This record gives sequence, C-alpha cells and structure tokens, in this order.
Amino acid sequence: MSVKLLLEKAHVEGIKSYEVYRREGGYRAAEKAFKLTPAEITEEVKKSGLRGRGGAGFPTGLKWSFLAKPEGVPRYLVCNADESEPGTFKDRYLMEFIPHILIEGMIISSFALGSNRSYIYIRGEYAWVADILETAIGEARANGWLGKNIQNSGFDCEMYVHRGAGAYICGEETALLESLEGKRGNPRIKPPFPAVKGLYGCPTVVNNVETLAAVVPIINITGEEYAKIGVGRSTGTKLISACGNIKKPGIYEIDMTISVEEFIYSDEYCGGIANGKRLKACIPGGSSVPILPANLLLKTAKGETRYMNYESLSDGGFATGSMMGSGGFIVLDEDQCVVKHTYTLSRFYWHESCGQCSPCREGTGWLEKIMRNMENGKGTMSDIDLLWDVQRRIEGNTICPLGDAAAWPVAAAIRHFRDEFEWHVLNPEKCLTENYGLAHYADPIQVTT
Amino acid sequence: MADEIKKDTAAKVKVTIDGITTEVAPGTSIIEAARQIGGAVAPPAMCYYKSLEGSGGRCRTCLVEVTQGSAANPRPIPKLVASCRTSVEEGMVVKNITSERVLDARDGVVEFLLINHPLDCPICDQAGECDLQDLSYSHGNEGTRYKFVRRTFILEDIGPYIKLHMTRCILCYRCIHVADQITEKRIHGVMDRGDRAFISTYISRAIDNDFSGNMIDVCPVGALTDRTFRFKNRVWFTKPVYVHRDCENPKCCGKATAWMRGDEIFRVTTRDNEWGEVQIIDGEPAWICNTCRFEKKQVSDWVIEGPATVRKISVVNVNKYRNTIKPKETLMDVMGGLKPNLLMNIRSVSEVNDPDIKLSELNRPAIARDFDIANDIDNKIPENPGNAEKYNSELLKSSTKEN
Repeated sequence: MSVKLLLEKAHVEGIKSYEVYRREGGYRAAEKAFKLTPAEITEEVKKSGLRGRGGAGFPTGLKWSFLAKPEGVPRYLVCNADESEPGTFKDRYLMEFIPHILIEGMIISSFALGSNRSYIYIRGEYAWVADILETAIGEARANGWLGKNIQNSGFDCEMYVHRGAGAYICGEETALLESLEGKRGNPRIKPPFPAVKGLYGCPTVVNNVETLAAVVPIINITGEEYAKIGVGRSTGTKLISACGNIKKPGIYEIDMTISVEEFIYSDEYCGGIANGKRLKACIPGGSSVPILPANLLLKTAKGETRYMNYESLSDGGFATGSMMGSGGFIVLDEDQCVVKHTYTLSRFYWHESCGQCSPCREGTGWLEKIMRNMENGKGTMSDIDLLWDVQRRIEGNTICPLGDAAAWPVAAAIRHFRDEFEWHVLNPEKCLTENYGLAHYADPIQVTT
Repeated sequence: MADEIKKDTAAKVKVTIDGITTEVAPGTSIIEAARQIGGAVAPPAMCYYKSLEGSGGRCRTCLVEVTQGSAANPRPIPKLVASCRTSVEEGMVVKNITSERVLDARDGVVEFLLINHPLDCPICDQAGECDLQDLSYSHGNEGTRYKFVRRTFILEDIGPYIKLHMTRCILCYRCIHVADQITEKRIHGVMDRGDRAFISTYISRAIDNDFSGNMIDVCPVGALTDRTFRFKNRVWFTKPVYVHRDCENPKCCGKATAWMRGDEIFRVTTRDNEWGEVQIIDGEPAWICNTCRFEKKQVSDWVIEGPATVRKISVVNVNKYRNTIKPKETLMDVMGGLKPNLLMNIRSVSEVNDPDIKLSELNRPAIARDFDIANDIDNKIPENPGNAEKYNSELLKSSTKEN
C-alpha cells in the first residue's frame, strides 16, 4: 500500500470547503510554518529533495535559494496552473477537489520567499476550476489566512487568480510572466532568469501546482521524513494522470518505488490494458516526452526493471529511455497507430508554437505537414529521413523548450517505430483503413483473459 | 560616447572566438565581440540590431558554441547559445565557423527561414541589399526540401509611405522595436501565433508617425518597402552618396544616404555601417524622420558630402574595383613561360570526356549520340546535315528501318 500525502483526504465529503478541510487537519502546516523563519522553511524544502512537478524536475529548494533578494524590491510567487500538456490533468484534479491544499502551500511558500502578492495563473479552459479557487481564496481570507497580518505573524499576503487565454506556450514560465503582465505570451530570452528578473522585472519564483501543494505535507511531516519516501533523488509522492487504453484511467498518487509494470497491470492502479488487448507503447510523462515501445518501457535496455521515478524512466537517455515529465501517462494498445498518434502531437505543437523563433515557427509547421502526408499514405521513404533531419535541427536551437517538446515525440517515434512509418509508405491505401499492429515489439507480458 | 568612456576605464575581459583572442568591455555580447574581430568570425544576424534595445535572440542564425563558459567555470554550455543575447565572460572560448555543430544548425535555420519565404527576389525591392539573400548565399543549400504550398498573405499599405509584404516577413520583430523605441507610439504588432503569425496594424489604423520610415531600413528582408521607391529602380543601379540637411525635426539628425541615378535622388535611407545597421553619429543612432526620407527627393534639398561607404558584401559594390592592385605575377609567369591554354586536361578526369571521335573535327555542335561509342548509329551520322530537321528525320528513318 503506497503512501498518500496529497490525495489522502481527496474523497472526504465537502473537502472543497474551508470548514471540512480545516476539520480534517488543514492549515496545520501553515500554523507550523508561521512559527518557523522563512529560511527554515526553505531549508525544510531543500532537505525534502522535492523536485519540480511541472516536467523538468528541477529541485525546488535550490530554485527557491536562487531567488534574488534585493532591498526594497518586491518578490513574487507565481503558481503555474496553466496545465496544457496533452495527457496531463493532475493539477486540475488537485485544484478542483482540494483547492485549499494549493492555497495553504502557496501561503507557506509566499512566507518562505517573502512574496506579498502571489498569483495563480490558470489556463482559460479551466474556467470552473478558477471559480473554485476564487471561492477558496475568499474563504481563506475570511478566516484570516490571507490579507494583512496573517494569524498575527506580521506577514501580509494577497493571492490572485489570473485566467489565461488557453495558450500552451503560456505554461512556459517566462511566457506565463509575459502573459500575466498583460502582454503577448512570448517566452523571454534567458538569461536573465525569473529568479533575478521575473514578473514586472522583480525576482519571481514560478512553481507548478503540485510542487506548491507538496510543501504542505513537507512542513507537516518535516523534510527529512518526506525525503525517506521514494527512492534516490526521486523523493516524496507524485501524481500520475493515467489515460489511454487502460482499464482504470485517472489520477494516482505513487511513491515512486513501484515498477512501471506494476503501475500498468496491478488492480490498485491502471488495472491492465482495456479489452484484453496487448500493450504496444506508452508515453510516460506527458505528450512531449519520448514514446517508448512496450519492451523498453517495462525493462530498461540493460534488462533491469523500470520503475516509476525520475532516474529509472530516463535510464538510457533518449536512445532507450524517456522522462518522468509532468506525469501524463498515456498508454497505447496494439490497435493504436503510432504514425497517427505522432501526427496528432505534431499538429498540436504546430498549433501552439508562439512563432517567435524561426526553427520552431517554421519547423513545427513543416513537421506537421510531412506527418499529415505520412498519415494519409502520401509519404515517401525520404520523408522519414527528412522528418529526422528537421526535428534534429529544431531541438536545442530554440528560445524555449517548446521546440524540444515538438521534436522529441517525432524523434522517438522514428527511433522506435521506423518500421511502422515504412509500412505506411509502402502501403499507402492499406494504412488508411488498417493498422500496423504490435510492430516487432512483442508485449513482454502474456495477458490471460 | 558614454559606452566608449566606459570601455576605456573599466577592466576588459578576454574572449577567444574561433581561436582569435580579443579584449572587450564586460557585458558585451558575443556577437559584438566577434564583430570587433570582424570578417567571417562575426556570426550573421537577422533579428539582432545593435541600436534597438531588446532585439535579437529570435532568428537563431547567430547561434554559436561556447566550449568554455569562463575562466572560473570552464564547463562548456551544452546547448548552442544565441550570441546576440549572451554576454562574454572572462576567459570564454567560443566557436563560430570552426564548429561543425554551429554550421549545421545555421544551415537548418536558413532552411527554416526560406521554406515560407517567396523566391520573388527578381521583383523584390530589397534584392541586392537583403540580409536573407546574403545569408542564404553564404549558408543555404541550392535546393529546397520543402514541397508544400508556401504561406501567403495579402499585400497591405500600412500608412502612406510603407508597403507591408507580409509573405516575405521573417518575423524578426525589428520593426516592432523601432516603433516602440523611436516613434511616439506603436500601432502595429504581431497577430496570431506560430507560422500563422503576421505583422499588422490595429484595425484600419495607418502608421503615420514621424519616424516610422526607419522600420523599412531595419527590415532585413523585403517585407517593409518604401512606397515612394517601389519598383522605381534596382538598388545596384543607384549610387549611394552621403547627404545632410538641416532638419526641422529636433529628433532627426538630418544625415542620410541618398541613392542617386544620374542627377535624380530615388530614395533616402539612413546611413548604414558595415553590419547593415544604422550608423552611430555623435553617440546617437542616426535615425531620420519621414520628411527627410520621403519628401526631400530633390538634389537641391540636400548638401552632398560624397560617396557613401558600401558594405563589402553589398551587390552595389560589385564591379567597382577601387584600390585593387594588379598582380605582379601573371599566369604565364606562374606556369614557367607556358601560354595558358587549359589549366587541366579534362580528358584525364574521366572516360566520358575521352570519346573516340575528335570533337574538333565535327562541323556541328556535339550531341549525346556522338559519345555513344557502342551505338552503330554513330557511323550513320551524315557528313553535312545542313539543318537539324533533316538530320533528325534521317535518324528517325534509320531507327524505324532497324525496327
């Protein structure tokens, strides 16, 4: 039985409201935090080994310690709730069902960072979630957790919900800040980093919803205890939003010690592949991380069991591994077409590119057009090499990681499923109606149905 | 001016670019340091413009490889960095043209910039002074691998003086920085996103600001063109001369380049430096106002200073062999008194070039069949075909007979 820290109380009736959340032990961490100094809280977070849950996995405590603290300049905490990665929906669940855990985490973090104005930048499509958050903020303010002199600690903090307009690029932290300032959501050219020059030119920390929510259990059980959960540098618990061809799609909180095989097939989690089909491939961390075929997903290239944590999932680099990413676990069964799937992703990145830097602006469009041809049986063999060349020249040469995010899925699909691409080229008519099937990657698990 | 004083007093940092070490003021960008060295070491730039604050970082043509971050922290930077937005550090080692990675990435960027750029150079007013033309000439491929329909937009007049040809735009954002920093108020911007992004004015508003004409000069391609000059002349037929006048506008420096043909001024632009950017005169970028640019087209309006300096790579420079020295060693000297005929015996290169027949003995242009040794038809080639039709018909007859 795994440890639950964030979703422990998610199913309590009425946990959305302040009264129930408080009765269930909410805001105890905040009470505790106000008795500590900001430096002590940062130290706790550092000790916990918490890593950013937004995708990159950067250590949160380290990020906080980078925050410049010049005299007389305000500092800001911004919560990145612009969760737009296809396949990721963990933040929505957290905000929708237990909004107060985010607000509590943000109060503690604001206190630790000295931010008197904190913002939640939420994507426009989460309109109803923004309403929930605003209600929750109102309740927190009414009970003295926001506003002037919070709980007689002498600390003032205001919290605002800012609704985005639904652009994926605004999930990139500097684009988010631009958008928050009321400008066009173009990523800024780094350096300077937000920790030095962020929102309105002031030092800013941008953290994911889950990261900020995880501060609450860290303060509650102390950083050292939190670090004991999990394995290696993957400490604590992680929310995984599982979707695709599995029996039980949904949000799972895992403690990063279980194997991928257990996660997919055990009844506690995904419950196996739906309809008695076989596993073909999986994107383990949201649409932008490389896709892995079944054999490389369950076992690493060295033949070791692959676990659901940062290190194990990225074992083997991009050649035979993938990334933990944001935890959007997308499972494909034998009936899914990888070419079509890659085309869908390419279309998404082409649509969401901000158009600021040339490799991404032109390259994503080009990838999308070639992939469309490929999917519709109009591709040629040279197109496969062209795809590889185009993605190679986008990756790493762009301002923000969207270019990489657009390139990686294409690269991984060609790397692992080149035979399927070739089949599409060789069978231009058949590929419109039929499917390639399992490829040469046999499902290592024999399913008995 | 202030910059120069600072340079002299402040401690300088050493930076090595392509094996050449130079000393620059701290905080200088890599591209500026490379420009001090000059030549091919300076990375090309499409969006960076020194006089415009905040420009650069977007086109990615100036990517360089940093093999040593600084003397204190000698680790290399794993990704290629935009040289226009990265400051130099003491002991930094940068690779530009000596790095395969950089050249490959730049090749890619040029390809990306060109996939949606129309190849309408023959009718484009920018041709001859176009940064993208120069860039694709130096870094591009001869063909394209893009086989889809190119993105197009409808031509737009933005204001009385400027024509916006959005199809040619590479979204360098330079004109936006000009509008932000030089004109009173920016009334144009980028709409939409991705490869659908385009420059436009807010609904039905024309750009009529006093300094808007500078947008034309900073545009690296032919997306913003001068409506008073459109299709009047090719740039390489006009002769640039430095001119000045006392401009009523206090912000206008009144120093410009007039492009003349005969006694006529065809257009007026700012004075450019060797990197295609506006010159800094008396410590200020020498921007000119719209009156000087668009309305003063009479020679009597200006005081002519003399011929303008032209960029070395500019097409205007072509066939002007000023200050060239005749080589002392002629080819004959090099070849030891032999009269140069062919520098290489082409027949030695491949068998194709060594047919049995003697080409000089043919009394007509050689055709493919002449080289087809195995083909017997060769023997049937008439001695004097007279005309091609007769010759062809005879060939046709002979081949039908065989069948």
